[in-house]
Order: sequence, then structure tokens, then C-alpha cells
Amino acid sequence: MSSEFHIVVCGSIVPDPLQTLAPVDGPTGPTLQNEMMLPAVLDPWAGHALYEAANLAQANPGSQVWLVSLGPKAKLQQVMMAVSQKAPFQLVVADGSSSGFTDSFETAKTLADTIEGIADLDKSKMLLFGGWQSASRGSGAVMQMVGEMLGVTEQFQGVDKITVGDDGSIAVMERVEGGAYQKSVVDGAPAAFGWATGELPEPPNNPQIGMQNMQKNMPALMQAKPADLSGTSLTFEGVEVPQQRRETRVEKDASVDDMAKEIVEWLKG
Amino acid sequence: MSDETPRTEMETDIVCVGFGPAAGGFLTTLTRGLMNEDGTPVAESKAMPGMPPQVICYERSDDIGFGVSGVVTKGRSIKASFPDLDLSQIPMAHEVTNEKILFLKDPTGASRRPTAFKIADKVLGRWMEDDAYELPYVPAFLEKHPGMIFSIGQLNQWVGGNLMGTGMAQIWPSSPVAEPLMDGKAVKGVRMADQGVDKDGNPGAGFMPGMDMKAALTVIADGPVGPVGQHLDRELGLPEGNHQREWAVGMKCVVDLPEGCDWEAGTVLHTIGYPEPEIFGFLYVYPGNVASMGIFVPSWFDNPVRTAYRYMQHWMMHPYLWKRLAGGTMRSWGAKTLAESGKRGEPFLAGDGFARIGEGSGSTNVLTGSGVDEAWATGVQLGESVLELLKDGKEFTKENLDATYVAKRRASWVEEEAKVAEKSRDGFTKGVIRGFIGMGLSGLTNGRLNMPGDPIKPQDRIPTIEDYYKGHIAEGEIREIRAECAKKGTSLHDALMDRVGWPAIPLDGTLLVSQQDALLMGGKVQAMPGYGDHVRFADPHTCAACREQVCIEACSGQAIYTNPEGGTPLFDREKCIHCGACMWNCSKSNPKDKERTNVKFRGGSGGLHSVEN
Repeated sequence: MSSEFHIVVCGSIVPDPLQTLAPVDGPTGPTLQNEMMLPAVLDPWAGHALYEAANLAQANPGSQVWLVSLGPKAKLQQVMMAVSQKAPFQLVVADGSSSGFTDSFETAKTLADTIEGIADLDKSKMLLFGGWQSASRGSGAVMQMVGEMLGVTEQFQGVDKITVGDDGSIAVMERVEGGAYQKSVVDGAPAAFGWATGELPEPPNNPQIGMQNMQKNMPALMQAKPADLSGTSLTFEGVEVPQQRRETRVEKDASVDDMAKEIVEWLKG
Repeated sequence: MSDETPRTEMETDIVCVGFGPAAGGFLTTLTRGLMNEDGTPVAESKAMPGMPPQVICYERSDDIGFGVSGVVTKGRSIKASFPDLDLSQIPMAHEVTNEKILFLKDPTGASRRPTAFKIADKVLGRWMEDDAYELPYVPAFLEKHPGMIFSIGQLNQWVGGNLMGTGMAQIWPSSPVAEPLMDGKAVKGVRMADQGVDKDGNPGAGFMPGMDMKAALTVIADGPVGPVGQHLDRELGLPEGNHQREWAVGMKCVVDLPEGCDWEAGTVLHTIGYPEPEIFGFLYVYPGNVASMGIFVPSWFDNPVRTAYRYMQHWMMHPYLWKRLAGGTMRSWGAKTLAESGKRGEPFLAGDGFARIGEGSGSTNVLTGSGVDEAWATGVQLGESVLELLKDGKEFTKENLDATYVAKRRASWVEEEAKVAEKSRDGFTKGVIRGFIGMGLSGLTNGRLNMPGDPIKPQDRIPTIEDYYKGHIAEGEIREIRAECAKKGTSLHDALMDRVGWPAIPLDGTLLVSQQDALLMGGKVQAMPGYGDHVRFADPHTCAACREQVCIEACSGQAIYTNPEGGTPLFDREKCIHCGACMWNCSKSNPKDKERTNVKFRGGSGGLHSVEN
């Protein structure tokens, strides 16, 4: 038997992980220098959630996937042209900052409000997906709050695998300390899952999927409404990045022991 | 199994390969004219009846803004497309305010200077500031004022964003095209690169054959090393007398200038003379105390250990520049091959079902050192022509494209100026002094007088390392250095340059960084998994016998490296920045195609590029 899920993936863009980020003071608090110029990617944690969602939807006919993104729509448009080739989804956009300096509660509220606004969404079938963490200095708390705001109390964090049973129940493997997993079973939707890395590789680019996606998603980008993040009381005393010392060597075949030894030496030095 | 996976096929009306300035000009012009004022399309799509013509553009890199270069240009064609252009709307753009040509003296004693340059170092010394002599005027043919400076990456993002906003064209990044779909001499569309293959292209797990996108018109705008343009050149040849034998690699970086730097936004510097007489430098100052800078290393720089990265560092450390750069921070880095044959490298511009625009179509003006303006202009010319043909209900045949696009191009300023420039670089084939004299002669006489010279294939002019260092390092010592480097896996060029007196680069971790660090600064460092290697060596035996292995020394990303077991060099596609320099930095001909070198540069994924460089 297959289950029909309405899978909502929360995920936005982050600067390419190897960018050198420079926080600067903006009129409304800290922001990233040249944020609109930095190469951006889909947050890797959200990416895992999206690929898992697409895989789950494919295995359960009748299921749908929405990707809900809070981010600057001009930048989102660029990134989505690449992401949309990897998995079928409908994009829902809240046009706002994805700098990582926004209040987690305000971010969660915006995402929850945006999800509430999805016309065809049946919340009784909803699986709320997102990253367990974010590469954008996330607090790791947003997905929990989004779930609570939407009344989803079955929540799992650090998820690497879910298995849908014949009765529609979902077995979940969550990461816990010491490299171990905690196994749980939830009766079915609605439930929230903060994904760790999952088990799926990044899908190949499929131009056909991309073209199907963007026919629906370009209007969503065009019509994106500005996100209201004004309710925050969060203030920053100061923001700085760690001092960096770069001297890179690319080693592909070093042993784990050698790498550990070198890191220890580096830390000592 | 995997090779039974069917190849999918789709159809569109117009498919464009590569998104750079030429495609920007083409798509901007085309999309503006596809709809009538009453909201009806000027023509009906044949691929999707009832809709306006469907236009798709494929870009190999992961972002449409990954064009690599800072640019100074008169921008005539761009201004014509955007008469109300407000440069403040494009990040890192500014009008040219101050333009200088500097002759840089050799402060190290290691530069290989012909006598004339040594004399110039001495004679001009009394007028030099920080070992640099400012030429009293910029010759008109080189002058870009009034013009603009900008980052191609940022221009592409701006243009691409506007285009996508119209809904009349789709621009797809992360979409490498492998080759054109040919039917005799006609082009019927393009084939995307296969996925789920091993490094040699053999199908593996998750094999997905590249999709065929068929189209009535294929627009080839994939630049000087693009796979579709190269494929056509191999299949169709070049017009009689034309060849593509002159190249250069431009290695560039964007730098946050130190506080107190006295360069103002809009400043443009061109340098000659250092680190080697054949290497040109450039520096453009953007708003916000940021500058784009770098060097050009041409194919007629007869040095088999031509490492652009280290030469760029020596150039930055020249006293005139370092005085203002010390304390700055490298923000991003990149490199790109430039087609330096100009009009002489022009391929067949149009055929049944295809047209070629931009740098790969030979539009770059090699006298004025201008390419973006010309590339955009050729795109506009094709855009106007396609609209005419669509409105008239005519097919995209060679005859119709010749009568519209090619005719427009021949009657344009691009062609007129290209003719002036055609022979302007010939002198460089005989030496750097004759080259400079030749450029001056061509420029000042409007191409009526030119310094003669015969363009030679790059692989036929690269000397052996022993010949290049004759009189500087004994053959036996070179042998020892080579063996030592091979043993340690270190670069030969560094060891040889150290040996002949180039000072060590004092890495500071911010502006003077290792080449591997530069690779990681400001760029994107992912090549999609599942694609094959796009750099291949045509004849492994030729590589095994090669003692120069210029491909390793010249590789901008250190992606090609020594095989510890000897023989064919190894290639790490995750580090390749797709500059294409390996294609012409090879000292051996392909045994099966003597016009080309033994390195094949094909379509592939990835490319470590910055969106602001």
C-alpha cells in the first residue's frame, strides 16, 4: 500500500560554503558584505531534505512536494535554475533576507505563515521537512518552531532515514550521541523531520524536470511577497568571523590517522 | 544495462549554447521583439504551437554569473541596447575616469628583457615613479575613455536576471552541452553531456545519456574553447586562410584595496614590460575601494614553464603596484583563455540551422584589446536578424542567415575595426619588440601598414626547457631539478624560476596566497559528480615522450599534474576552472590532426569561478 503525502520542505540559499564571509553593519543590523554577489547554493542540509522528499514522493504516488524558501528572490531565481533540474517540486517564496542574521522565531513565523498560505496543502497529510542544521549559522531551532506553529507535535531531528510501512506508519532513524541511532515509529502524517545528511546522493541534472518545474516556479518567483520580519526584538552586540590562516594543500589519499595527527599539530602550533 | 537507458529528446525553437556577453546581446534583442505591441507573438512556435517561439540557453557553469573577467570597454553596443543605462544598478560597474599606460621596470633583475627594454629601463629611469614610467598619452586605438569598467560576472547576472524576468527565454546553468547534433553540414540542435559515467565517459551506475535538444536554430556562443564551436570547426574547417593559432590566458583576481589607497573608482591601468616583456597587465578600480587586476600570458611567450599564477604575483609585487596593494585582500580569483586570432580566426559564421556569435566567432579586436563590446554587438546583430526571419516566416537556412546576420555583421563597425586589427599582432610572431612596433604601426595607420609575420601554431613555437634556459641553467642541472621535482611532486616552474633569480613570494595569507588557496577564494569549487573528464590527451604515447609537459606548468587550477609513474599527466576535474589554457599550452601536435595540440578540451561540468571576477 502506498501513502499519499504532502511534503513541505523548508530550505533556502546560503553562500557557497567556501566563500570568505565578511559581516558588516547594515541599517537593520548585521549583514554580509556583498551578499548579493556571493555565489549561492541551496543550503546543503535543506538539499538533503529536498532529495529525500522527492524520493519519498516518487515512491508514494499522489504525493506532492513544495519547497518553501525565505530568501532574496533575485538570488533564489538563479539558484533554483540549477536546483530545479534535480527533483520535481513546487516553489513557494517569501522574499526576504537569507543572511543568517534574522531572528529564528521570525524566520519560523514567516515560514509557518507561508506554509499556511499554500492553497492545495492538506495538513493532515503533511510531512514537514527541513535541515537539522543550516549552513547559514542557523540555530537549529527553526524547524522545531515551524512545526509547533503549524501544530505538528511529532518531531524528529538529525534524521538519516525514514521508512514508510504498509500501514502508513513511518519508521525514523535519528542520530543520537556516540554515532548511534535512535529508532522510532510514528503513526503517519503530520510529522516534522529535521534531516541530517540522509542517505541519497545528489541527483543528476535532468533538463526535462527542470523545464517542468520552472513552468510553475517562475510565476511563484515573480509573485513572491516580501517577508515581514519586522517583529524581532533581537539585537546584536557584535559580529565577527574567526581569524583565518589559509594555506591549503589538496590531499586525497591521506589516512585518517595522518589527518588527525596533522590537525592536532596545527592546533598546538 | 546502463547503456540501454534511452536518450531523451526535446524540441524547442531556438537553443543557445553559452551565456556570456554575446548571448546576452542576442537574447536581450530577441526577447524584446518576440511580442507585438498588441500582445500577440511575432511568430508562432513550431515546437509549441500557439506559443511564441521558445528560446532556451544552456550554460555549463553552476551560475549564469560565472563569467570570468574584469572588463574595460567603450561599451558602445551595450549602451545602444540600454540607452538609459545606469551603471550604479550593476554592482562593480563604473565609468572610466582615468586611464594610464605604464612601462614597468624590472626591479628584480630576473626578467628576460631584450636590449631595447634594458635601455628603456635605464633611459626612462629618471622619469619613473616607483620603477614605473607613465606614457605621456594613451594612443587613440587603445583608449577606452569614455567607457566603462565592470565585472562580466556581475553584468551577466544583471542581464540574465532581466531576461528571465521577461519570461521569454530560459537560461539554464549547470547544463554542459557536449556537442552539436549534425546532419551533414547542418546543425539540428545540441546534445547535453552524459551523466552517470566514469572519468573516461563509460556508463556506470545511474547512467543518464545527455538529452538531445532539437531546435530550428542553434546559436553558438560558447566562447573560444567551447565544445560546440570546436566541434563545428573540426567538422566544417575554417574559411580559406583562417586559423586559430594565437591565444592568451588572462589570470585575474578581485582585491579589496587597503584603506588609504589613492586609486579612485574608474581608474584603468594597462602595464607593459614586467614581469616579462611579453606579459601585459591590467588593473581596473571599482567603486568601494575594490579592484580587478591581472595579467595576460600570450601564446607567443616562448617559455615552456609559463605559470601565469606566479607571474601574476610578481606583477602585483612590482613597486608601483605593491605600494598601493600591500595590505589588500584577495576576494576572488579566476582565469580564462582569450582567442587572440581575431578576425583571422573567424569560423563559418552561419550555416543551415546555426549561427555563431561572440568571441568564438572571431569578433575580438586584437588591436584595441576589446572583446566584450564586439561580442555583445554580434549578439545584437543576430537577434535583429532572427526577428526579421521570424516575422517574414523564413527558415534559418545558411542562405537566409548569410543575407541577414552575416550581412549586418559585415556592414558593421565590428567588421570595419576588425579589418584594421587583422594583421596588427603579426609582429609578435617574430619577437616582442617587433610586436609592439607592429601594433603601433597598425594602430596609427588604421591598418594600412603592418609589421609582417607568420602566425605559427603554439605547439610549433614552444622551445624545450633546455633551450629556453640555455646560458642560464646547465642541462645537467635542469635534469637534476626535474628529477627532484618529480620525486617531491612539486612544480618545475617554481624550482626553475627560483634558480634564475626570481625572488620567493612572501605568502601573507591575504593577498599573496598559495595557488591552491586562490582556487578556494571567492569561487565555487564543485564539479557535479557523474560527468566524465573534459580534458583528455589525444595520444598518450606523445604525452609519455613529452619532456616539457607545458600543460602541467600552465594549468591555471593545478588540475593537471605529474603522473608519479611517468607518462600521460593526470587530471583532476574537480579543480579545473575551465579556462581551456591546456588546449593550446601543449608542445605537441595531435598526431591525427596536426593543426591542433595533443590536449583535447571538451564539454564538462563544474568550473571554479567567481561571480565577481
